[in-house]
Amino acid sequence: MNLEKEKVKHLAELARLELGEEEAAEFSRQLSEVLAYAGKVREAPVAGMEPVIHLLSLANVFREDEVEPSLPREEALANAPHREEGFFRVPRILEEN
Amino acid sequence: MNYETVIGLEVHVELKTEAKVFCGCAARFGAEPNTHVCPGCLGMPGALPVLNKRAVEYCIKAGLALNCRIAPFSRFDRKQYFYPDLPHAYQISQDDLPLCAGGGLKIVNPAGEERLVRINRIHLEEEAGRTYHSGTGTAGYSLLDFNRSGLPLIEIVTEPDLRSPEEARIFLEKLQEILRYIEVSDCKMEEGSFRCDANISVRPAGSREFGRRMEIKNLNSFKAIQAALAYEENRLGSLLAAGTPPEQEESRGWDETRGMTFFMRPKEKATDYRYFPDPDLPPLVIAEEWVEAIRAGLPELPEEKKNRYVKEYGLPVQDADLLGSFRETAEFFEATLRCYSGEPKTVANWVMGDFARLLNLEKLTPAQSKLKPEALAAMLQMIDDGQISGKIAKTVFEEMFYSGKSPREIVAEKGLAQISDENQLTAVVREILAKHPGPVADYRAGKTKALGFLVGQVMKETKGQANPGLVNKLLREELDK
Amino acid sequence: MELSTLSLKELSDALREKTVSARELTGAFLERINRFNPELNAFVTVAEEEALAAADEADRRLARGEGVTPLTGIPVAVADTICTKGIKTTCASRILENFIPPYDATAVSRLKEAGAVIIAKTNTDEFGAGTTTGYSAFGPARNPWDKDREPGGDGGAAAVAAGLVPLAVSFDSGGSLRRAAAFCGVTGLKPAYGSVSRYGLAALAPSLEQIGPLARQVDDLALLYQVLAGPDPLDATSLPAAGPGRDGAEVTGPAAGSKGLRIGLPREYFAGEQLQAAVKERVLAAAGILAEKGGEQVDLTLPSTGYALAAHILLAAAEASSSLARYDGVRYGYRSPEATDIDLLYKKTRTEGFGSEAKRRILLGTLVLSAECYNDYYLNAQKVRALVIREFKEAFTKCDLILTPVTPGAPGRAGGERSPLLQYQDEYYTAGANLAGLAGLSLPCGLVDGLPVGVQLLAPAGREGLLFWAARILEEATGRLSPPSFQE
Ligand SMILES: [Mg+2]
Ligand SMILES: [Zn+2]
Repeated sequence: MNLEKEKVKHLAELARLELGEEEAAEFSRQLSEVLAYAGKVREAPVAGMEPVIHLLSLANVFREDEVEPSLPREEALANAPHREEGFFRVPRILEEN
Repeated sequence: MNYETVIGLEVHVELKTEAKVFCGCAARFGAEPNTHVCPGCLGMPGALPVLNKRAVEYCIKAGLALNCRIAPFSRFDRKQYFYPDLPHAYQISQDDLPLCAGGGLKIVNPAGEERLVRINRIHLEEEAGRTYHSGTGTAGYSLLDFNRSGLPLIEIVTEPDLRSPEEARIFLEKLQEILRYIEVSDCKMEEGSFRCDANISVRPAGSREFGRRMEIKNLNSFKAIQAALAYEENRLGSLLAAGTPPEQEESRGWDETRGMTFFMRPKEKATDYRYFPDPDLPPLVIAEEWVEAIRAGLPELPEEKKNRYVKEYGLPVQDADLLGSFRETAEFFEATLRCYSGEPKTVANWVMGDFARLLNLEKLTPAQSKLKPEALAAMLQMIDDGQISGKIAKTVFEEMFYSGKSPREIVAEKGLAQISDENQLTAVVREILAKHPGPVADYRAGKTKALGFLVGQVMKETKGQANPGLVNKLLREELDK
Repeated sequence: MELSTLSLKELSDALREKTVSARELTGAFLERINRFNPELNAFVTVAEEEALAAADEADRRLARGEGVTPLTGIPVAVADTICTKGIKTTCASRILENFIPPYDATAVSRLKEAGAVIIAKTNTDEFGAGTTTGYSAFGPARNPWDKDREPGGDGGAAAVAAGLVPLAVSFDSGGSLRRAAAFCGVTGLKPAYGSVSRYGLAALAPSLEQIGPLARQVDDLALLYQVLAGPDPLDATSLPAAGPGRDGAEVTGPAAGSKGLRIGLPREYFAGEQLQAAVKERVLAAAGILAEKGGEQVDLTLPSTGYALAAHILLAAAEASSSLARYDGVRYGYRSPEATDIDLLYKKTRTEGFGSEAKRRILLGTLVLSAECYNDYYLNAQKVRALVIREFKEAFTKCDLILTPVTPGAPGRAGGERSPLLQYQDEYYTAGANLAGLAGLSLPCGLVDGLPVGVQLLAPAGREGLLFWAARILEEATGRLSPPSFQE
């Protein structure tokens, strides 16, 4: 699969990355090469195979509905790039998703 | 031309577990910001989700109450999008294998027709954090609180089976009633624990195709839901009538003050959320025994209860509705009935009357009040046995409500027992007759109304404790002498 | 006494016999770190203060003689992708430059409980995405055997080889830990999936990766593994107590009464022309040694090996794109000074915060998980994975362990310009174990042009003990390696 530069830029947009023209072109070249190789999974003899969704045969791994201590607020906020009165602060968010 | 409205709903309901769905933080509303957070619900590197068992059970419970099929195999997927209140930049949700599918809820619409609203699915997912806006214009910024991040949430998706804004409201009220009944959620719209997005389209009556769909977001009261849908129904109808159907599907908001919906953005061609199975969470294998155990724990649902009240207790439909709608009230009513051999209607009257009035006044629920069903039953028995009068009972009841004491205690302490001693009452009667020659004369002149006045005077003299039947009888005897 | 070359048992005995105190021991290693790390760049952070405090605590434990374990007072380095409470954890990324976790990874808690001294955080590729540490935001680590060579994808192996720490804990999502062990001439284990808790390991590819030990010799490796392994209620993918995770920690030979050790040699791992003849010879020699000691060589075929790496590339990228999405500058970590609106907050922060390989995987993974590619790439890769698992399972009915090369050649030049695809292909021999969740042990099997190369032993979950047993036989036969320039 050839991954066009425009497509790379679109993927970057989805992943919230900015790419310069040259960078996008380089990623396009490199990833096209990777896909040419990795794309062979499409030709693998996997007819009738169930995809592996979970590696272990575990199921129903639960925690009980019990409250455990949360972080002290100071620790929760200690790494915040910008905080204000117990909140994390970010530039204005315009609308609900 | 006649138009037909088609409405489907997506309801998000916060489950009332003790802890969050994937970590041990307390699932409490109203705490100081960012005090119920941990590496997990803050999306810090390396923290891993472990599923709260009760959240799964609550989701299954909701599914059973809404007649859904419970999936024998289910799992969690990552729904990926960037938003500042979503700490991992993915929401752990369920894509193609939800816990519950199918099912439905019957409602009676305003025209009195019974309608089945089919449920498409119910899945379990995690709640996002909360955003507050501060400042204005370019100085504006947002503040984030992650206390809510990771609360267990179920998403209930209906089929587009609703045909009017009223039906939508009725459905939601009923859904709320049931979810509260089975005690999986408080369903408080004002706190955001019960939220609804509505999809509405309008088409010519009889058409099989759907019209362009509008999604109305963040509707936070039943009133708003009905009003917003009614507005939108009108707007879309007018557009159709004018021969200018909407050009695109839109997400729209609701402006409460102006009473109208407004354009937010075009509805993107199904956002690609890049769902994939969450590698951190092993799947769920739901054995039939587990489902049956949960089913066995379900209470009698409001609908069955109301029917039974009418059939078994002979209550009027309105009474059954009132008593049956709120689980604690119904439980109180039934518990009282279990200790009382008199008429169910008597109990119903007290529960709907004085009890409801005081609960309202004090903003309490039946379970929170000090009054116990046994006490009410005992008091009713005392009335029936003539130990207290109905009037005195009002006083006793209020005292019971506030102090939690037994009626017997109150009656003894305050000396409220009914006076049924004939000699004692005859003395009072004679005294009253002597004091009020006017009314006595009136009575004897045939103005029988005067008797009421005299009874009142006797009751007053005895502080309401006289047996009213006996007072009547004695007064007549004395007057007719 | 030259502490830097002693085995864990020797160090532990010295501490117990009070020949040396934990503080002195930690001090001695800190000295070596300060002296040699500038040329090796094996560490991102040296936690001098915290280490000395932990050493003092260990000394108190040793004095009381209570709760003393073989790790009490022993300095251990931990990869910088593994969270350490109160100690900066950058994942070798600018985006977490100043992140100080308020929690310990379970692996770290276990080390601390055992009384180990966390002395430093080792360099890796950014979030472990890479095979040479060339993608560390803090510059590549160097191979102690030749500082112009890459050390494999993990500075911990370099540090252990050079005697800057006796033990290290790192992680492996495609082979970086095992490659690093092979290239630096030490032993390393990628445990079977679910054996060691992943809690606190900054995820790159959560379905593929495991935290594992690095040590100069097999006995030390086994001991460190025993401390790390075991069920963890904080990790839903950790094997339960009754499961095979922990039982396999004991160093055990083949079951009594069996014919001896059956060593599987998969054709596909020896056939390619990429495999250098000298490496092939050393690896086959190792197989020969095991055969001599009463083992039996079994010819195997694992036909989907070629597809396995392809599947691994796609799945690792898909999971990475999701794992790395949370780094947005909202709650912790780097935030771009240009983040003047919410859109820029994301874009500038992530663009400035991530290096090229992280971006490459994010882009590739975003593509793989997109609606248009999901079936073709993601689901097919997971089907290949199923095939790989089936083939390994079948193979393990014919043999007790599988023996393969770790890398096709000796360590290459540091900073060499190789295409991303070529770098992904570095993991050709190791990725299968990650796909299938097998335990994979890497140990030195000789030198090629004066540089160490390794042999890989694979076994299913619960048979780690067998790996240690076989590895010890090889170790006895070939002797241990020590890089020349770091011997005093
Ligand atoms: Mg949802
Ligand atoms: Zn939490």
